Amino acid sequence: MSVGQAIPTMVGEPPDDELQQRFLYEMLLIRRFEEKCAEMYTRGKIRGFLHLYTGEEACAVGAISALRDDDKIVTHYRDHGHALARGVEPNRIMAELFARVGGTNEGRGGSMHIFDVSKNFLGGYAIVAGHMPIAVGLGLAANLSHEDWAALCIFGDGGVGEGEFHEALNLAAIWKLPVVWFCENNGYGMGVPFDDSLANDVYKIAAAYQMPSVRIDGMDVLEVYSATQLALAHVREGNGPYFIEALTYRYRGHSMADPELYRTKAEVEEYRKRDAIERLKRSMIADGLIDEPTYQALVAQVGAEVDEAVAFADASPEPGLHTLYDHITKEYEGESG
Amino acid sequence: MTEMRMRDAIREAMREEMLRDARVFLMGEDIGAYGGSYACTRGLLDEFGPERVRDTPISESGIVGAGVGAALAGFIPMVEIMTINFSLVALDQIVNNASKLHYMSGGQVNVPLVLRMASGGGSQLGATHSHSLEGMFAHFPGLTVVCPAFPGDAKGLLKRSFREPNPVVFIEHTALYGARGEVPDDPDHLVEFGQAATVRSGKDVTLVGYSGSVHQCYRAADMLAEEHGLTADVIDLRTIRPLDMSSVIRSVRRTNRAVVVEDDWKFGGFAGEIAAQIMERAFDWLDAPVARVAGKDVPMPYNRNLEYAALPSEEDVVEAVLSML
Repeated sequence: MSVGQAIPTMVGEPPDDELQQRFLYEMLLIRRFEEKCAEMYTRGKIRGFLHLYTGEEACAVGAISALRDDDKIVTHYRDHGHALARGVEPNRIMAELFARVGGTNEGRGGSMHIFDVSKNFLGGYAIVAGHMPIAVGLGLAANLSHEDWAALCIFGDGGVGEGEFHEALNLAAIWKLPVVWFCENNGYGMGVPFDDSLANDVYKIAAAYQMPSVRIDGMDVLEVYSATQLALAHVREGNGPYFIEALTYRYRGHSMADPELYRTKAEVEEYRKRDAIERLKRSMIADGLIDEPTYQALVAQVGAEVDEAVAFADASPEPGLHTLYDHITKEYEGESG
Repeated sequence: MTEMRMRDAIREAMREEMLRDARVFLMGEDIGAYGGSYACTRGLLDEFGPERVRDTPISESGIVGAGVGAALAGFIPMVEIMTINFSLVALDQIVNNASKLHYMSGGQVNVPLVLRMASGGGSQLGATHSHSLEGMFAHFPGLTVVCPAFPGDAKGLLKRSFREPNPVVFIEHTALYGARGEVPDDPDHLVEFGQAATVRSGKDVTLVGYSGSVHQCYRAADMLAEEHGLTADVIDLRTIRPLDMSSVIRSVRRTNRAVVVEDDWKFGGFAGEIAAQIMERAFDWLDAPVARVAGKDVPMPYNRNLEYAALPSEEDVVEAVLSML
């Protein structure tokens, strides 16, 4: 797999010092959180499928930082990073992974299905591209209510082969919906390289649906942020959807069960040299925005937060068996809503 | 009361709910200018405009998913899937999203979505266009499955569906769109889910049906009375999830015999569920094994005679009753 040339999308002022600090902090938090998840998985605290986001942090942080609080997000099953970037409490995400009552979904969802309505985080979805039509409905709702919030739909390159991708892009285009389609192209649909899966580049396929479509460097948080800001401005003005293909890379396997027979260690190492966190750190040091001790303090801070999340999750009780049938349907009280 | 056809009762329900609640909107293939494949939405585009009566491309998965999304954002969408056959390409949205999001999110979100679709064979449309999949939808926890047999119920149940905070699959038998019946004028007339109706009373056998098969039960009851001097309870389930088994059990404990009738395939079908529940709750009252009269286990043939043979008929119901005496 090779990474194509990024289309320049940087416009306007770069993010200010404070925002760059936040980017660094959030990417470090996600990295640390995911590493801890891997450890908790091997210790049997986390069960089921576990898909880690390590390496792709710049996508979540850059894209989600560009949103307003009233914008809505739907994403795929590699969703911890997105939830963290949206400000969902690490404690509650970890508790969900531990399948505890204190989890975001009270232990009903698990790693692939994190929800937090209070943050307009409307879920991780585990059927590839299955959430893309939902983003169409969110965009439709924004238009029908004549409000200027937008929907951000994050999905992987694997989703591009699904019919729902094409239906969703077409619907958003013909109805001019405020949806930002954000493709995290990490190079592989599980273990199959996207070059072997798709007849054309992702952003070119999207462009066929008559919307602006750009390919960006998904391992540069500043570029992701800038591109998403542009996209959001476009969709909020009633111009219809916008498509971003962010080239990125996951350092770990597809899931914890992945023996990674389809790629070489050298390839992974090559991408690690372009690590988004290291890159931002270097540029911030060069710009005099942080120094090494400040950076180490951030690392210690996220370490403590993640440890606290594990302690919180561990202390949270398992759901009682008497709650098995809770939440199958919402109770009818004579009115819908 | 006003006498009207099923399709008009359905349209009236949608119209009243749109007037009542600004969050309600409709979308589907050819529901606008065309007026709906079965004319259920005729005139609504003129009355409510293209934002609330939205024609869509032929993208069943896309539009059902869009309905889920709009429901998550506070709207009450009705998505018309032209026929139940096309719901098969939207199953991911119906099953993986609509039916499960409330549960999976730990109760954080709910999906007030109404999915209307036309069902049933008998029109020589061949195997891909003649399904009766009511029982399949009833299989999934989280879905409500409504199968009206009469215009009055159709209106009351559809209006109730728009008030429901969870996804409702509202299934209309194509053979019944032109059927006439009394429909209450009261705009607040709702028919509650999970309440079967005893549409005819008797003492010798209980005939259980939903949607189109209620009419077969009814005609079979006529034949049993006229030709054999037998009287039958006919129970119209009206919704098959939630399922009002109490009404069925009460009847069976009185008549001691039951025949369950449905268009769907017999093997693995919903009639088997009802038969099993009767066995569980009324075994000691039964004088004969519960009989199922259902579709033959073949893809629906195009040929008229073969199709007729593949579908259950009132004669089959009568024969089933006589064989258990």
